[in-house]
Amino acid sequence: MSDREILQLLESVHDPEIPSLSIEDLGVLRSARASDDTVEVVITPTYSGCPAMDVIEADIKKCLTSNGFRNVLVITQLAPAWTTEWLTEKGREILKKSGIAPPSRCGSVSFSENRIIECPMCDSKSVELLSQFGTTACKALYRCQTCLEPFDYFKCH
Amino acid sequence: MDKHFQYVLRMGDNALILGQRMSEWCGHSPFLEEDIAMANCALDHVGRARMLLTHAGTLEEKGRTEDDLAFLRDEREIFNFLICELPIGDYAFTLMRQYLVDVYHFHLYSGLEKSSDSMLASIAAKAIKETTYHVRRSGDWIIKLGDGSDESRQRMQDALDELWGYTGELFAADEVDDYASCKGIGPDPHALRSDWERDVFDKLRTATLSIPEEVWQISGGREGVHTETMGALLAEMQFLQRSYPGLNW
Repeated sequence: MSDREILQLLESVHDPEIPSLSIEDLGVLRSARASDDTVEVVITPTYSGCPAMDVIEADIKKCLTSNGFRNVLVITQLAPAWTTEWLTEKGREILKKSGIAPPSRCGSVSFSENRIIECPMCDSKSVELLSQFGTTACKALYRCQTCLEPFDYFKCH
Repeated sequence: MDKHFQYVLRMGDNALILGQRMSEWCGHSPFLEEDIAMANCALDHVGRARMLLTHAGTLEEKGRTEDDLAFLRDEREIFNFLICELPIGDYAFTLMRQYLVDVYHFHLYSGLEKSSDSMLASIAAKAIKETTYHVRRSGDWIIKLGDGSDESRQRMQDALDELWGYTGELFAADEVDDYASCKGIGPDPHALRSDWERDVFDKLRTATLSIPEEVWQISGGREGVHTETMGALLAEMQFLQRSYPGLNW
């Protein structure tokens, strides 16, 4: 099986906290390399304490062993550090459809959130920050001042 | 004890003990958003502790894992700063501690990004992003509550006065820090202090709080000499592995 075919198999592995998003779209899946019945998969954590990483590792192993690989090695690689720039275009669309505002194109974290954030429901740019943290560490909680819906914003990281 | 190992172990212990304290708020914070924010920040620290303790175990070459180091060491073998282990107090106390430590971590991890130890540099590259959020959040609260009502201001001032004596330990360099700084493993603690003071003094003034006079300073955590509350913290944190050795999820 070629490395590309393995990556295709891994498209079925999703982020347990945002189930509509595959780990590839999230940018967590870095590479896969196979030799004989062994495969080596490299992933990069989103946040240091992200509890989803253990589940993702287990899901990768389950996916590949059920496809005939006897030894699956999942390597967690810290550098270069994961960034929201690695979210794919498809990933950003999926986030928006799930009611989560995708991260603004930012570069890196800064001390103030002065970026333009759009409401994922009505596209209004008139929004207010409710809390720096939303349902998970990677999101902040906002409210749209036009349609009044609260929503999660996937923070620039 | 190998100095490189000790340097990494101390940072791992700071993350572990602070993360443990912060997680005590889970389900008890003043309101829901704050509860989630505090628990998420705690998770960042625990995650960092896992990486640092794993790395420390590798450096030590005695086969100890992150779990061995977290759950099977006694009080005298744990080397966190005292400020990390102090009980959570009221929310003003918790937020003030977070802010003072967050600014320290911000400058520490900025320096560690350039570490000659490539694993530490990788951990720092991750941690600095999270810490930037932490500083933003705790710094906002310092201003909101410091420059807030009479009561919130008073509580923040009381917290600051009580915590001030524990901040000197953050910058008290010993032979381990000197070794790290000399080998390019970690930043110079003296430079850390001036960066920290600049940021903290500026924020406290904006928050209309008075900077305490230096009346007393206490240290000891880094020699394994802790406050009386440490034993209870460890009893709770280590209970499961002590009573059921090797128990797994």
